[in-house]
Amino acid sequence: MTSTIEAPPRRRRRRRPPWLRGPALVGLITLVLWVLVALTLPLWSPSDPLDPVADRLLSPSWSHLMGTDALGRDVFIRALWGARISLPVSAIVIVSSVILGTVVGAAAGFFGGWIDAVLMRAVDITMAFPPILLAMAITASLGPGIRNALIAMVLVWWPIYARLLRAQVIAVKQREFVESAHAIGASRWLIVRRYILPMSYTPVLVNATMDFGQVVLLTASLSFIGLGARPPSPEWGAMITEGATNFYQWWIAAAAGIAILLVVLAFNFVGDALRDTFDVKDLGDMKDSGR
Amino acid sequence: MPLLLLGIASIVFIVSRLTPADPLVQIIGERNLSNPEVVAAAKAQWGLDSPVPVQYVKYMKNLVQGDMGTSFSTRKPVFDDLVDRLPATLELTFTAMVIGLVFGVGLGVLAARNRNRIVDHIARFFALIGSSLPAFWAGLLVLYVFYAKLGWLPGPGRLDPRATEPDRITGFFTIDSLLHGDFSTFRAALAHLILPASVLGWGVVGIVSRLVRASLLDEFSMEYVKVARAMGLRERTVVNSHALRNALLPTITIVAFTFAFLLTGAVLTETVFTWPGVGSYAVNASRSLDFPAIIGVTILGGFAFLMTNLITDIIYAFADPRIRLS
Repeated sequence: MTSTIEAPPRRRRRRRPPWLRGPALVGLITLVLWVLVALTLPLWSPSDPLDPVADRLLSPSWSHLMGTDALGRDVFIRALWGARISLPVSAIVIVSSVILGTVVGAAAGFFGGWIDAVLMRAVDITMAFPPILLAMAITASLGPGIRNALIAMVLVWWPIYARLLRAQVIAVKQREFVESAHAIGASRWLIVRRYILPMSYTPVLVNATMDFGQVVLLTASLSFIGLGARPPSPEWGAMITEGATNFYQWWIAAAAGIAILLVVLAFNFVGDALRDTFDVKDLGDMKDSGR
Repeated sequence: MPLLLLGIASIVFIVSRLTPADPLVQIIGERNLSNPEVVAAAKAQWGLDSPVPVQYVKYMKNLVQGDMGTSFSTRKPVFDDLVDRLPATLELTFTAMVIGLVFGVGLGVLAARNRNRIVDHIARFFALIGSSLPAFWAGLLVLYVFYAKLGWLPGPGRLDPRATEPDRITGFFTIDSLLHGDFSTFRAALAHLILPASVLGWGVVGIVSRLVRASLLDEFSMEYVKVARAMGLRERTVVNSHALRNALLPTITIVAFTFAFLLTGAVLTETVFTWPGVGSYAVNASRSLDFPAIIGVTILGGFAFLMTNLITDIIYAFADPRIRLS
C-alpha cells in the first residue's frame, strides 16, 4: 500500500530481530528474571511467605521493602512467592488450551463436514460468553480453589486457538504440497502432522504468547473474587483482596498489583514484537480477560 | 442466533448442575441438613428433587418466559434482581465507554501524528498500561489517592450512603436526577461515577487508541491524503476531515467487542467500588454458590455479547456507504 520509495540504507548492518530490540528486550529480560525468581526462591528467600516476621502493618522500609501485612508477614517476599503460583498456573492454562484448541481446530479444519459444524458450534457457544463470567460460573460449580479455577480457565480459553488453527488448516489444506502428499499415498495422520500443522501453528503460538499476560490477569481476578487461591496463599489476586481489607495500608495491594503489572506488561511487549515479526492478525485482542 | 442462545443457556445449566457442592447447604444451612422435612421442602421448592433432564426442561421452559428461578440468597426472582441492578451497570459502562472512546481516539490521533516521536511513545505506553493493569488494583489505588488522601472525589457506591436515591425512571441516577431537576443529586451521582468509569475506561483507551493509530497511519499513506496535503490544506483539516473519517470505520467494529469487555471489567470494578450492579451481584452469587443467580448473570452476559455484535453490524452498515448503498 505504501508508495513511498525509501532510500536504501547506506551501510548494511545486521540487525537483531525485532523481538530482541527495545521494549521487547525489556519484556524478555523481565520475564527471565521472574522465572528465575520463581524457580530459585526457596533457596534464598529470607522468610517463609506464610510466617510472620515483624510487627503488623509496618509501612515500607529498608528491612521490609513493601512493609508487612495484617499478620506481620513481609509483603515484598510474599509478592515474589506469588510468582510461583501465577506463572505455573498461567503456563498450564495456556499450554492445555493450545493443545485442546489445536486438536479441535485441526480436526474441524481437516475433516470438514459435520465434524467441523459440531466442533465450531461448540467454539461459537463458548466464545459467546464474557470469559470471566463463564470462568466464574464453572469455578463456583466445581467449588472454589486454584485447581478448579485452572480447569475453568482452560475450558474458557481453548476456543480461540481452535478457531485460529482451523482457519489456518483450511488455508494450508488447499496447497499443492498437501495434494502431492495425498498422491504419493501418505496417510491422513501423517499429512496433518508433517505437512499441515507445521504450516499452521504460527498464529496460535504468537497469540498464546500475547494471551499469557491476560491469563495471569484472569487468575488474579478469580482469586480476587474469592474463587481461586485462598487468603493464606501469597497469590497476587488474593493479596489484593487482603489489601482491600486493609485499605489504608496501600502497600499490601500495591506489591501484588505491581507484580501483576510487570508480568503482564512484559508479555504484552514480547507478544507485540512477535506479532509484528510474524505479521499475525491480532486475534488476541478479540478475547478479553479478567480485567 | 437462537441456536446460540439455546446453547448458552444449556452450557450454563450443565455447568451449574454438575457441581459436587451442595446448593442445599446454602439454602437451608448446615444445621437443617439432618432434618428430612426441611430438606424435602427445600428440594421441592427449588425443583432440586426431580432428575436432571426434567430440571433442564423445566428450566428452559421457565427461561423462555423470563423466569430464571429464585435467588438462593436474596430470595427474590433472579430476573427482578437483574432488572433492578442492570441500570447501575449500564450507567457505569456507558460512561466508561465515552471516556474510553474520547481519550482513545484523541490519544490515537496524537500518536499517529507524532509517529515514532516521544509523544507517540508516551501515548502508547499509557494505553498499554491501561490494558495491563489489574482493574481491581487500579480501583483501590485511585480510591486511595483521590478519595482517602486528596479528598477530591467521593468514595465507593453510587451516592453517599445517607443520600436518597432519585425516584426510578430509567434507573440511571444521573438521568433520573436531571429529570427531577435535582442538580445536587446529579452532581453527586456524576462525581461518584468518575473514578470507577475512568478505571474501567482506561482499558478501552488502550484498545481504541492502538487501533486508531494503526488505521490512521494506513490512511496517511493513501493518495487522497497526499492530494489533500499537496493542495495545501492545513494538517488539522487533513487529519480531522479526511483521514480520520476513514480511519474511524474499523473502530466501530471494535466498539461492540469493547462493550463486552467493559461488561466483563465491570464485574471487578463494581466489586472494588461496591457498585450495586450486575457485576457485584455475580460475584456475591458465586461466593455463596447461588446457582440461579450465577446462571442468570451468565446468560445475561452471553445475551449482551450477542446483542452488541448485532448492533455493531447494523451501525457498520449505516456508517459505511459502500455497504449502505449496495
